[in-house]
Amino acid sequence: MKAARKILSMAAAVVVLSFATFMAFAILPGDAAQTKLGTEATPEQVEALREEMGLNDNVFVRYGRWIGGVLHGNLGTSSRFNCPVSDLFRQMLPNTLLLAGLAFVIILVLSFPLGMLYARYPGSIGDRAGVFANQTFMAIPGFFLGIIISVVLGIGLKLFIPGAFVSYDEGLGPCLSYLFFPALSIAIPKVAMTVRFLRSALLTEKQKEYVRTARSKGLGEWEIIGKHLLPNALAASVTFLGVIVSEIVAGSIVIEQVFGVNGLGRLLVVCVANRDFDVVQALVLYIGIIVIVLNGVIETLVQKGGDNE
Amino acid sequence: MKKYILMALLVTVSAAALCGCKGNTKKSGNGSVTVGITQDLDSLDPHKAVAAGTKEVLYNVYEGLVKPDQNGNLVPAVAEDYQISTDGKEYTFKLRKGVKFHNGKEVTAEDVIYSLKRCAGMLETPEAGVNAVAALSIISDIVTEQKDGTEYVIIRLKEANTELIGYLTCSIVPKDYTDLATKPVGTGPFRFVSYTPMKSFVMEKNNDYYGEKAYYDKVTFSISESTDAAFLKLQAGEIDVFPYLTVDQAEQLKGTYNIEVGEMSLVQGLFLNNKVKPFDDIRVRQAINYAVNKDEILQMLNGGKGKKIGSGVFAGFKSYYNDACTDTYTYDPEKAKQLLKEAGYENGFSFTCSVPSNYAYHVQTAEILVSQLAKVGIKMNIQLIEWASWLSDVYKGHNFESTIIGLDSQLAPSDILKYYIGGSAKNFINYESSRYDELYSKAMSTTDVSEKKELYSLAQQCLADDAASVFLQSPSLMVAVKKGITGYKFYPVYVQDMASLRPEEKK
Repeated sequence: MKAARKILSMAAAVVVLSFATFMAFAILPGDAAQTKLGTEATPEQVEALREEMGLNDNVFVRYGRWIGGVLHGNLGTSSRFNCPVSDLFRQMLPNTLLLAGLAFVIILVLSFPLGMLYARYPGSIGDRAGVFANQTFMAIPGFFLGIIISVVLGIGLKLFIPGAFVSYDEGLGPCLSYLFFPALSIAIPKVAMTVRFLRSALLTEKQKEYVRTARSKGLGEWEIIGKHLLPNALAASVTFLGVIVSEIVAGSIVIEQVFGVNGLGRLLVVCVANRDFDVVQALVLYIGIIVIVLNGVIETLVQKGGDNE
Repeated sequence: MKKYILMALLVTVSAAALCGCKGNTKKSGNGSVTVGITQDLDSLDPHKAVAAGTKEVLYNVYEGLVKPDQNGNLVPAVAEDYQISTDGKEYTFKLRKGVKFHNGKEVTAEDVIYSLKRCAGMLETPEAGVNAVAALSIISDIVTEQKDGTEYVIIRLKEANTELIGYLTCSIVPKDYTDLATKPVGTGPFRFVSYTPMKSFVMEKNNDYYGEKAYYDKVTFSISESTDAAFLKLQAGEIDVFPYLTVDQAEQLKGTYNIEVGEMSLVQGLFLNNKVKPFDDIRVRQAINYAVNKDEILQMLNGGKGKKIGSGVFAGFKSYYNDACTDTYTYDPEKAKQLLKEAGYENGFSFTCSVPSNYAYHVQTAEILVSQLAKVGIKMNIQLIEWASWLSDVYKGHNFESTIIGLDSQLAPSDILKYYIGGSAKNFINYESSRYDELYSKAMSTTDVSEKKELYSLAQQCLADDAASVFLQSPSLMVAVKKGITGYKFYPVYVQDMASLRPEEKK
């Protein structure tokens, strides 16, 4: 019962979101037909294309038509690329998912050991330096980091060739090895955030009574952190990591531009500029569903955790 | 357990990072060339594509009956020869023998007629998405004729027009072939291989080409979203040819690239809406013309390269550009102030300039103009707008005060000068002059070449005298070509001719 209500409210959120984008697009200046035809077309040609694209209909009629299509699994046609939206998704979604996945892995791999290290030696010089570094990295915008990484690691150290992106279908290995660098740009600020979060979560845990008991049993500091503190802190991290994932999805839009990754983020920017309505709407739907579902799942997990206690 | 997962992940990531160091440098045959472009293609179907950035790529794959050469002449391509009747109403094309499409089929008169009709929107059931070329609508009939085993295609017009040849570069495609948008088939020196949106357009050498064959086996157009992104690829050596450098970038690349300098076939101007106050007053428009220092603009944007212009024709269109217009308004701030005073704007005024934000070059031009106009007391406010808004508000809606843009055209003077015809939808600056309209229509219909030139010259002088807008320049075009590659050619239309590239002879 509870689950059904939850799913219903999530679906409602998706519908509201898609309608809001629809309206935003209707208000935005610029005309898809005129943009497609450029400066050479006669007004009659533009008008004919508007009619063909259904742009002359009322906003609500268009929204109804669009959502009807979506419910039948038809995401529409890209006016910019002259192909079904689903084709573009097939081409680019895996790249974006790989990028996001890689970024998430990097975040986990770097932040957990670091967080534990800081919590092991709180107040040490290393810890204080770490806190300072964290503040700095958190403040760097992802795109700026992307440019720095391109210039230093790409052009300077020649670890990769900026812009020479290899799509997943041309070779998974080269694709991943290229994506490592944009993923790093997305990950670094998030690593800083996660480390700070973990550090404080672990330190809070450390104040608790059971730690003293554990110590008195003769357990080492690392063992206490690994066996007792971490599992407890992990429960609190779930919500936090959920937020991180939605931020990765948002962050990849910008990073894909910087590194020339053929993903949905770059597609979104191109299609907004070209008033490619069907593609933008599908992308908003995709990002919206990820965020909404993620939030739903986290909420459920947190509630469950609460029930168990 | 968790530890092992983390460890495994760490190994994967670092292994992936290490793979990145290796590049693949396979070479066979004559090798390949990568060209950087910054505009994604809008369609692979030549009759559906509208963007200049698309046409310059497709030039390598498709050809028309005629095609432009470096000097702006139209030379035979699929046609071997052509004649225009003295009354200017009939064009006769002798088809070249043995021209083959990339699918191996020979080009027939049927294909040519189909292609022309498709391009002109004359097919019985016009295809959706084909952008019929308005200028071709004066064609009344296209027929074929056989003489001594040679095929001729004859185009008959409703009215005399000797400039139509400029539009007959329209691509010849196989009749009733429906996959143009996904698998282009043309007759050009290169054959289509693959296209990935936002990434690349790949083509290979056409060994059956009737003319001089290309040298390189494979050419890849690599799509970047901006000049800056392309510049990173250039620095990494990933791109061999890049046509849109800025002055600063050219300076930085000098060690590894040859910088070739040409001119864009563009009329860049500060276009003024002649219907909006205070630009409805000719004195105000003239004042702005006197206040603008074109030499300074050329110096700051192109390092002194490029050509100043004074009319609506680009400087590279030498047979028609009226050079006398260039100095109609020489830089003279005092005169500008005086004219403003006469017009009742002694204390200056302020206006808005809507500049499309995707064109960094126009935005920079706007910034220079702001400071130049400030010197005579005019305050210009830059308003950055998206390209889509520019098209709908400025170009279509005529709803703006001023804008900076570059106008390009077909190789026909009537095409570049059509923007100023009274009442025309393309006349976005709302310029009105019955004298101009008269000169234009006379020039268009005359079949006498020298009279035509004279009339178009007068029409341009008319634009200059009326200060229809501020015609600034034909910007310079700086192209980076990797050392070891030669033969890059400039054209007076948007073309990236990859068939002319050759490796440098080793000394």
